[in-house]
Amino acid sequence: MRSLRLSLKSRRALLGLAFISPWLIGFIFLFATPLLQSIRFSLSNLSVAPGGYVLDFVGLKNFRDAILVDATFNRILVDSVGAMLLNVPMILFFSLFTATLLNQKFKGRTMARAIFFLPVILASSAVAAAESAGLINLMGDASAIESSTEGGASFNVISIVRMLNDVGLPMAYVDYIVEAIMRIYDIVSSSGVQILIFLAALQSVPGSMYEVAKIEGATAYESFWKITFPMVSPLILTNVIYTIIDSFAGSPVTEAIYQTAFKTQNFGLSSAMSWLYTLVIGLVLVVVGWVLSRRVHYN
Amino acid sequence: MAVSGTDRMVVVPRENYRMQRVRNKTSDLLYSIFRYALVIGISFIILYPLVLKISVAFKDKQDIYNPTIYMIPQHFTLDNIKLAAQVMDYLPLLANTLLFVTITTLLTAISCALAGYGFARFSFPGSNVLFVLVILTILVPTSTLMVPMYLHFRSFDILGMVHLFTGREGINLLNTYWPSMITAATAGGLKAGLFIYIFRQFFKGMPKEIEEAALIDGAGGFRTFARIMLPNAISPLITVILFSFVWQYNDTFYSALFMSESPLISLKVASLPAQANQLIPQLMGFGSNSGMKADPNYVAMIVDTGILLAIAPLIILYLFVQRYFVESIERSGVVG
Repeated sequence: MRSLRLSLKSRRALLGLAFISPWLIGFIFLFATPLLQSIRFSLSNLSVAPGGYVLDFVGLKNFRDAILVDATFNRILVDSVGAMLLNVPMILFFSLFTATLLNQKFKGRTMARAIFFLPVILASSAVAAAESAGLINLMGDASAIESSTEGGASFNVISIVRMLNDVGLPMAYVDYIVEAIMRIYDIVSSSGVQILIFLAALQSVPGSMYEVAKIEGATAYESFWKITFPMVSPLILTNVIYTIIDSFAGSPVTEAIYQTAFKTQNFGLSSAMSWLYTLVIGLVLVVVGWVLSRRVHYN
Repeated sequence: MAVSGTDRMVVVPRENYRMQRVRNKTSDLLYSIFRYALVIGISFIILYPLVLKISVAFKDKQDIYNPTIYMIPQHFTLDNIKLAAQVMDYLPLLANTLLFVTITTLLTAISCALAGYGFARFSFPGSNVLFVLVILTILVPTSTLMVPMYLHFRSFDILGMVHLFTGREGINLLNTYWPSMITAATAGGLKAGLFIYIFRQFFKGMPKEIEEAALIDGAGGFRTFARIMLPNAISPLITVILFSFVWQYNDTFYSALFMSESPLISLKVASLPAQANQLIPQLMGFGSNSGMKADPNYVAMIVDTGILLAIAPLIILYLFVQRYFVESIERSGVVG
């Protein structure tokens, strides 16, 4: 007993290791090992044998196949990265706006909050998939309305475009805004967690700052840009990263990777595809993180 | 500063002051109308599909083709719900799913709380590097690990132990609950990295003195954690449990990968349209080979009712905890 006596510091260190040991074991066996294996798979031709698998090293062939030979992969990849780049600013803008709204005091605020976070609970790719076959989509889908009342629905969109164009906005912005309006449900339903994060950030801004600004004669607009925005800016980075990662789930690329592995049994190609995807996303994250972190204000 | 302020107050004529007040009041009123319009509009966008589903669930078949009906059905009926429950085999399915999801959620919460506490309060060699690795697990897409994990659980073997004792090539754990249980218990399940992060942020913010007092009173590290720290961590616990529960309940990725044949609601919902198309003619008394096809609108109606049945437990759960949940995430939570 005496000889095992450790200093307080190293005892604390051991205790800490004990606390994280479940995670550490999981990390080594269920994350790091598969990660390394997946690199190996992507460089090999994998065939399933009874009770295991056989690997044939083929070099970069799988990567070449994924980009050059596979009919749809590169198109899907470009499409979904493009969609992600469009979505992230919309979701971010909407969630910051909504969080500011929900942070103000008004009657029915608790109920409004409960409703606004409902999409967090209900967001499910399975439900979304089944819904496309449901009655709501058969009867009340936007495209159904458009086809049944030809002129009416499309005229609406065109009139928005005309109006915005007359105001003098460049066509690219107009397209973007119209796009955002058309997809409002998607945006609302995928920004629940982001609203929560922003709301929590807004609550942590000390109220005295606004009081001071008000005494000094700042307008609401000014105090938003000079106080609120800088104070929540670290969370903008968090939210951007969360939104980008969230867009993995149920994206067409993930679906293609899954199909390649389990429908066509081409595990090597599938691993190569998933690594290409990981690298592209990683690149986007690094660029976005670098650009944003230079502008973020930490206090 | 204060002096000049009062000076101005005196100089401003009374009339002007009253004008100012009226103007302020109108702009406040306009703003609050604008705010209500926005809040109600967005709430409508969110609630509309849900309300529509509830309305469909109680609608009789003949009401589908009646264009004068909006939302409130003319012929109330519970037939849709009965039929959808029959198609889905609802009650056993629900019991099974709830059991599975509850166990994985609890395991996730425990393992993530332990890891979060370990990272928040102890410094050991490499603790910062390890925490960076936690963040890495959040960032790497699950599809990258998919194939190795699948093969791993197809012939599960820890350090070759099974092979050593039985001579076989590991155990096939696919289509059992074990893969999800194991990943949950080792804090590697769905979005576990995020949960570890939430717990770490919370425990970092707790005063150190509480623990020190417990230590001096002779409580060991795990006892302090279980008796002192965890009871105080109610708010992150609720957040994590709710998120974990919901995400596990809705998850199709891991469930389809590891247990594609298990009766789980998320898997069942995805195949609901096909099932409804196949089963409804049979349930209505036609033979399976009679070539009868059900009315597509009626099938769609049953599908919508089925979706409602599938998300109903989540909505009920949310009704109970939403208030606590929103408050807790604000007080502790996700923010540093």
